[in-house]
Amino acid sequence: MSGAPRLRMRGVSKAFGGVQALRGVGLEAAAGEVHALVGENGAGKSTLMKMLSGALRPDEGEMQLDGAAYAPSGPAEARARGVAMIYQELTLAPHLTVAENVYLGREPRRGLLLDRAAMREGVRRAMELLARVDVRPDARVADLGPGQRQLVEVARALAGRAQLLVMDEPTSSLARDDVGRLFAAVRRLKAEGVTVVYISHFLEEVREIADRYTVLRDGETVARGEVSACSDADLIRAMVGRELEEAYPRVPHRAGDPILELQELAGRGGLRGDLPRSVSLSLRRGEIFGIAGLVGAGRTELLRAVRGLDPIRSGSVRLCCVPPPLLGLLSEDRKQEGLALSLSVADNITLSRLGPLTRWGWLDRRAQTAATVQRAQELGIKITSAQQTTGALSGGNQQKVALARLLHEEAEVLLLDEPTRGVDVGSKAEIYRLIGTLAAAGKAVLMVSSYLPELLGVCDRIAVMHRGVLGAARNASEWSEESLLKAATRGEAA
Amino acid sequence: MNRLRALLAPFLGLLFVVLLFSVLAPESFPTLYNFRTVSTQTVVVGLGAIGMSFVIMSGGIDLSVGSVIALSSVAAAAALNAGWSAAAAILAAILTGAICGLVNGLLIARLRIMPFIATLGMMGIARGTAKRITGGQKIDAPASWLPDLVSKSSADAWLGLPPGLWILLALAALMAGVLRRTPFGLHVVAIGSNEATARLCGVNVPGTLTRVYALNGAFAGLAGAMLFGRLSVGEPTAAVGLELDIIAACVIGGASLSGGEGGMLGAMIGAFLMAFLANGMNLAQVENYWQEILIGAIIVAAVALDRWRHRRG
Repeated sequence: MSGAPRLRMRGVSKAFGGVQALRGVGLEAAAGEVHALVGENGAGKSTLMKMLSGALRPDEGEMQLDGAAYAPSGPAEARARGVAMIYQELTLAPHLTVAENVYLGREPRRGLLLDRAAMREGVRRAMELLARVDVRPDARVADLGPGQRQLVEVARALAGRAQLLVMDEPTSSLARDDVGRLFAAVRRLKAEGVTVVYISHFLEEVREIADRYTVLRDGETVARGEVSACSDADLIRAMVGRELEEAYPRVPHRAGDPILELQELAGRGGLRGDLPRSVSLSLRRGEIFGIAGLVGAGRTELLRAVRGLDPIRSGSVRLCCVPPPLLGLLSEDRKQEGLALSLSVADNITLSRLGPLTRWGWLDRRAQTAATVQRAQELGIKITSAQQTTGALSGGNQQKVALARLLHEEAEVLLLDEPTRGVDVGSKAEIYRLIGTLAAAGKAVLMVSSYLPELLGVCDRIAVMHRGVLGAARNASEWSEESLLKAATRGEAA
Repeated sequence: MNRLRALLAPFLGLLFVVLLFSVLAPESFPTLYNFRTVSTQTVVVGLGAIGMSFVIMSGGIDLSVGSVIALSSVAAAAALNAGWSAAAAILAAILTGAICGLVNGLLIARLRIMPFIATLGMMGIARGTAKRITGGQKIDAPASWLPDLVSKSSADAWLGLPPGLWILLALAALMAGVLRRTPFGLHVVAIGSNEATARLCGVNVPGTLTRVYALNGAFAGLAGAMLFGRLSVGEPTAAVGLELDIIAACVIGGASLSGGEGGMLGAMIGAFLMAFLANGMNLAQVENYWQEILIGAIIVAAVALDRWRHRRG
């Protein structure tokens, strides 16, 4: 087996019906290597991943582990061969304990019973390896934070003695310091000789953690090599297949009269029901106002309180004009809250304001379709028909559908929560351009994001939320990633 | 710890009901004879609630148990009529229930029919079959020791209580262990908590669900044998709507119909709470309709309390 890489995929192809999802893909990763797999949504990353997990079988091509043929029939066999998966959506059972989750499906037994002592011990060992002894084996997963949950997934892989760990966008739900801890865990695994295939949209992450990379585009391997020997521009070009003129296209817009004023706003959101604690800001028409901060700082809760979804404890939300302008909220959780994925695009876009589309109380399908087609053109949503199921669209297009709903609502204050989460690089730029266009049309945008370059690239003014308190707003040009991060982790005073 | 805290409210409710009627009907309520009466009434619902706990923990529901209990009681009577021993009659009832449950499980796990629909179908099928077997009449059976299991007389009692109650408590303890201490039990909770995850972890989801419904059917079968014991006849029209009492017992005990939450001790507390309440109100000569209103209110209050506790975290 000497010289054989840990993982070798050669000429792997897969078609679904008439659609060729993968075409002769190759990927090689050595023991102790962190290998980044990058590509836009729909490039074939998840299909590739499903083959490694045994959920799908390749039509053509071969896969090898340490030189031996690898064709798993399902998750159980993949795991028996030392292959573990960490999916983008966390895959834990909230009602079970950490130990139960880690050993689910391959519980150690003593006779007919579960061997709880062995389960606890295994989890403790794994957590020690991850330097996270604060995650107790008997804690219920429902009581853990997102960062700790992600580590439970890693512990699950560790306890299964995984030799190959595939991580799909593992940081998409993590705050910055949890990301740091996760990376530390990945480095420990690497030192133990574990191979990690790391799927990510974030090029800085790839640069920070990966040794080598493979780029997929339209189901084909289009580039591969050493991470240290390529630039971000090279990677982006390989991913989108064209030069991206600008990552953050700016549409000229000018701030007008104040439209929304918050005075010492305190709400009842969050796990403890005390977020946000104190927020004062003034938002003007034609302005893009960014809010940075860690996950759990109360940013989402602020938007919810302003929108009236969570009750307000004290302070005030004042809107200009009579009648007051409408507020529209774009949820950070597209799947659970933002969209009804089983409904059509037309239903999703028009749901917020069906009144004008009815006659004598009956929904006018033709008017609904017309409105949908118009919005789709405005926003560049790629749909085959207004009746297409929303869940069938790519992440970027789904996000545009959610934005189209705000426009259909005729909202003038747009509260955008992580507007580019789960959206590929190409669509991100389109969404930024769209936000700029909306500001130019006189709408006010209040935007929450965990992705600092995006805040710096898109917003006019930015303020940082720390433990429920919003700091002073400054022009975007006065902030840097470092200063934003410092304010987010230590608060304004530091 | 968390799980025990969730049981506090139902337990205090049970305690309150017992104390309240001990004061309101001091002559008749707090007596050993009355406790035996309540026990015989609880055995059927309690046995049903053991199996139902597994179903609800897995995120499902079984509406057919009332009908399956009636069918099994008819099966027990028919077996005795055919000259079988009482033990064989009990086994016949359990087997009848288990087969109904197995069919439910296969429909749900293999054909992927919603549990509500599959068991709604079985509810009609089992009830109709019971009536078909008996020609719509109740059927008598020769004397055996089976009715003694749920007898109120002190002559049949073990340690002062009906044997059926001891059987119920022993089985509840055993199945609580199965739920918490075996891989099967863990898989049931995992499926109720997050089915996709369970599948991903290599849990045999269809196999586990099939076993859950078959198990529930078997407990309904045993409950049917006890029902026969109480009535001393096979009664095809008995236990109508009993599935709702059984589900209510689980819910009062803290089970969540969205799966993943609940437990055996809670279900037992729920079953006894409802039985004591009904019995105490009878003895205190409260009109029947008040019982129905109050039990309905308790079910809603139990769930509302649970929601409130969840929100507080």
